[in-house]
Amino acid sequence: MNAAPASAATPAPIAAHLAVDGLGLWFGGLRALTDVSFEVKKGSITALIGPNGAGKTSLFNCISGFYRPRAGAIRLDGVDITRTHPPERAKAGLARTFQNIALFKGMTVLDNIKLGRHAHMKTNLLQALTYWGAARAEEMELRAEVERQIIDFLEIDHIRNKPVASLSYGLQKRVELARALAMRPRLLMLDEPVAGMNREETEDMARFILDVKEEWGISILMVEHDMAMVMDISDHVVVLNFGKVIAQGLPAEVQGNPEVAAAYLGSGDPAELMRRLSGVGEAA
Amino acid sequence: MRIATAKETYIADEGLLVTSTQRAWMGVLLAMLVLAPFVLNQYWLYLACLVAINVASATGLNILTGFTGLVSLGQAAFMAVGAYTVAFFEGQVGTPFLLNILAAGLVSALVGVLVGIPSLRVKGLYLAIATIAASVILHFVFTHWVSVTGGVRGINVAPARLFGLELASPFALYFVIVPITCLMVLGAANLFRTRIGRAFIAIRDRDISAEVLGIPLLKYKLMSFALSSFYAGVAGGMWAYFFRVVTPESFPFATSIFFLAAVIVGGLGTIIGSVLGAAFMTLVPELLKYVVDWLAPIFPNAGAALSPVRTIVFGALIILFLVFEPHGLAEMVRRARRFFHLWPFRT
Repeated sequence: MNAAPASAATPAPIAAHLAVDGLGLWFGGLRALTDVSFEVKKGSITALIGPNGAGKTSLFNCISGFYRPRAGAIRLDGVDITRTHPPERAKAGLARTFQNIALFKGMTVLDNIKLGRHAHMKTNLLQALTYWGAARAEEMELRAEVERQIIDFLEIDHIRNKPVASLSYGLQKRVELARALAMRPRLLMLDEPVAGMNREETEDMARFILDVKEEWGISILMVEHDMAMVMDISDHVVVLNFGKVIAQGLPAEVQGNPEVAAAYLGSGDPAELMRRLSGVGEAA
Repeated sequence: MRIATAKETYIADEGLLVTSTQRAWMGVLLAMLVLAPFVLNQYWLYLACLVAINVASATGLNILTGFTGLVSLGQAAFMAVGAYTVAFFEGQVGTPFLLNILAAGLVSALVGVLVGIPSLRVKGLYLAIATIAASVILHFVFTHWVSVTGGVRGINVAPARLFGLELASPFALYFVIVPITCLMVLGAANLFRTRIGRAFIAIRDRDISAEVLGIPLLKYKLMSFALSSFYAGVAGGMWAYFFRVVTPESFPFATSIFFLAAVIVGGLGTIIGSVLGAAFMTLVPELLKYVVDWLAPIFPNAGAALSPVRTIVFGALIILFLVFEPHGLAEMVRRARRFFHLWPFRT
């Protein structure tokens, strides 16, 4: 079943460019996001960081279509998607994972992953009831592709027929990544991909994210609190605080920014932040 | 003990029956279904047809409630729509039997879509109440739209005719009802191997992330309602040809509860559960009747004394199921299979 090596079979979906321009979101008097602008370059890993309550998840929800921003625009490859519904965004190549794992508990790992492809499949109700011809051919094509490109790639072939509820936390996160990859994403959004993971699981996940970037060539936007990992694998870092972008740039530039240090530590000493970050990197 | 089932193709791995034991059992079941009408007497054939009709309807309800997670107490009303459609087409239009059954399913599906519209906004108990309200409205329509439904007196249905043969006895109807039900159960089993079935389960388990995965919620919820009521409509149509009269009281509200109980006892979200649940709910009261008859010589006056007990025992059986086997008869089957797979080892 596990034939061809992953690298040979990996497709090359065209990476998407995401531009967020002057985004504003408020609930009553509470301003969740104010004039947020940044971009995710094609084929890059962009990390979104900031203290708790900074608006990272709100921003994610605006991009994936749960929240409707009050101001500003979201463009995918120059096309304005601000007003489209989540299923349309999925079709356009936007895929995401959730902070609190959002797998379908009543299904096996394989079915969860297959679900990711839903928007790209064509089987209609009548074909589904008979399972003849086109419906079966489509399912078999999907199965072969999922096995070759995703299950082998993420090293989860031993659990493909297990119900997701029986898996460890780290594996569930990996299955969620697998499901997002099955969506044929052009922009992959990861909401805290390594939160709550131990050292080994974090390293595995970081390796998978880098592999996705290199072998699939797609753009990645992630929210993450694990600074050591963010600084290690990101190409670009955007820092949010109180719903505003307070800094962005290369990981090293952001680390040295006094405003970022102030947001995290309450004092404006970048050296202290650097010291703590490297400390985290060694200790964690 | 079974070590593993090695498969060489994905088609074999995703088949409905994956082991030779399963195929053998299915063969036995089909053989029994074919031979049954030649072995069983009139009374048991009557029950067999009734079980088949109920299986069709329960399978439909399980698609909606068990797989899509939308609780409905309107299944009886959808069956009634199917039964009235058959009565109307048979009596006033005169179209052929199988076409009438199909029309019953389609009209019922249309009504189901209308009833399902609130499901985008309301869930759980609230949706159940909305479907009850729809049942009440439909009951009102059945009693008052006299020109079509015959009002409270109802409509008599002429016997079904197929290829010039009159299908009036349970023996004759068995050969139509059971194959139709088998096809419907097979259709449901197929559905959950494809993207549409997966979308239904995704909506049940976590509707918000289903939407992010590209599943339009309203479309799929309405599709589930339509399919479920199609099954109910076809079952109601077969019911009309079986009992040959349809009145507003043919499908009381208690029938909806009967079907919900059937899918819960059988196992929510399993195909085999719909079949076992409907058979259990239809046959157990009859079997209890036999037990009472059997006790008659031992207890004097058993018939009079034990008849009420029969109802109580039936109710108690359902409660015991909910407490000790919340996943239903399907879970018992699964456990039995696992026992034989692992034998001689124990779990």
